[in-house]
Amino acid sequence: MIRDITLGQYYPGESILHRLDPRLKILATLAYIILLFIVNEWIGFAACFVFLAAAIALSRIPLPFILRGLKVIFIIILFTFVLNLFMYDGTVLVRIWKLTITDQGLKRALFMAGRLILLIISSSLLTFTTTPIQLTNGLERLMKPLSKIGVPSHEIAMMMSIALRFIPTLLDETDKIMKAQQARGADFESGNILHRAKQMIPILVPLFISAFRIAQDMALAMEARCYRGGEGRTSMTEMRFRKRDYITAAVLLLFAAGIITLRVLI
Amino acid sequence: MSIEVRHITHIYNKGLPQESAALRDVSFDVADGEFLGIIGHTGSGKSTLLQHLDGLLKPDEGQIVINGVDITAPKVSLLAVRKQIGLVFQYPEYQLFDETVAADVAFGPRNLGLDQEEIEARVRESLRLVNLDYEAIKDKSPFDFSGGQKRRIAMAGVLAMQPRVLILDEPTAGLDPRAHRDVLEMIRQYHAARPDSIIILVSHNMNDIAEYADRVLVLDKGQVIFHDTPKEVFAKSAELRAIGLDIPDLADLAEKLTARGFTVPGDLFTIPEMARAIAAALRGGEGA
Repeated sequence: MIRDITLGQYYPGESILHRLDPRLKILATLAYIILLFIVNEWIGFAACFVFLAAAIALSRIPLPFILRGLKVIFIIILFTFVLNLFMYDGTVLVRIWKLTITDQGLKRALFMAGRLILLIISSSLLTFTTTPIQLTNGLERLMKPLSKIGVPSHEIAMMMSIALRFIPTLLDETDKIMKAQQARGADFESGNILHRAKQMIPILVPLFISAFRIAQDMALAMEARCYRGGEGRTSMTEMRFRKRDYITAAVLLLFAAGIITLRVLI
Repeated sequence: MSIEVRHITHIYNKGLPQESAALRDVSFDVADGEFLGIIGHTGSGKSTLLQHLDGLLKPDEGQIVINGVDITAPKVSLLAVRKQIGLVFQYPEYQLFDETVAADVAFGPRNLGLDQEEIEARVRESLRLVNLDYEAIKDKSPFDFSGGQKRRIAMAGVLAMQPRVLILDEPTAGLDPRAHRDVLEMIRQYHAARPDSIIILVSHNMNDIAEYADRVLVLDKGQVIFHDTPKEVFAKSAELRAIGLDIPDLADLAEKLTARGFTVPGDLFTIPEMARAIAAALRGGEGA
């Protein structure tokens, strides 16, 4: 189960998506997410879907791998769907006791669930195709102008990259601790909610202790290598926009313009 | 007690590009009362194999039969399996969680559904077994101890379940020489007190394996390379070195002495035996 969580993982590859400038990929993902919430008609939604499908095809990452990440947030999607389903007025389609499903409600529910799914897939596509180091470098460069007004851009980027870097480590750690406690007869699968919550303690306590231990070791190792924060720090790889980046940016701008036009017209 | 492992294969990340076979057609038996040593290079599949023996992983193919019960069958009670098998993971001290030493050690027995009296007796007994003073430490936090002591507390937590098969994954990793010896002696004592129990020890230390194990299983890239007595296995020094393993120090010494023209047997794994053999070789060697 634990291994199904693919969010924040890197999937090694050589595709065009892997080689794009990380800054562009970050901005593109952000723009795509904003567009997802601008869209409010079927046709625009279909366009967003096709756009993402094309991006996935270009990334050459197998679809089952991408879809695995959705399993984990299935409950959230379902919850959003059901909540939206009963929330809107309109032509009544089905009436169950005091709850009514309207055509507007169904449409909103489908849109909201669809948005969530596309949002998750698009942001995981970013982490699948970008190494954590590229991601942080990209973020840092994007935020650089903000450091003039006192935003600690390097520190924020460093914290994010450390968090991303340790997601798989902590997942492995959780897996190990769960197995060890199962070997001592712990049972995480049966019993009522209270019982199950109680059974989490033997996992959470060691996990927190491990997290603190790893963090401390990491801080020491960084200090031992004279890490002193972002001031005057240079980067081994200088980021530069290439032809492929300009082309991608152009495609993206066209897509965004199309979506916004649709919204204004319809 | 007996363990039969029949043709088990385990594949990680099935269907993905990083798919890799951790175990490939592994078969072996462990007899009643046997002390089995498992050696293999990092990534050879040792830990995966251990997790199969405790029902924590299911093989993609093959069966594991423990005392006549197929634990890979779909509806088998894993609690019943874990009642008989104690698995001590690498660095077990990282699994401590409870407020007091006594409560932490009692976690396993409590999960087995034993009554309070029996649990307390077992906690007392297992802490004694790992050379800790029950009365002095039972109400202390397990996190207030040194690394070696924490490891012993964690091991007591498994011993308290009184498993008839005790599996240990590098129990001495990262310990100082004294604590290293203590842990191995503790395992020996546990075995001596229950002659029909099975001990399975994974170690990178060939000296320990040679000294303690009745039989040795050598894994490489998920396959069984050798499964024999330490004498037979460690006689194959060239093959072992080829897969990144080593032979015990004393076997190495014998090999070097033999290369210099002394006749010293290569299958002695304790220092007194070796000392006598060298003395004999020196005495006889002068004349020859």
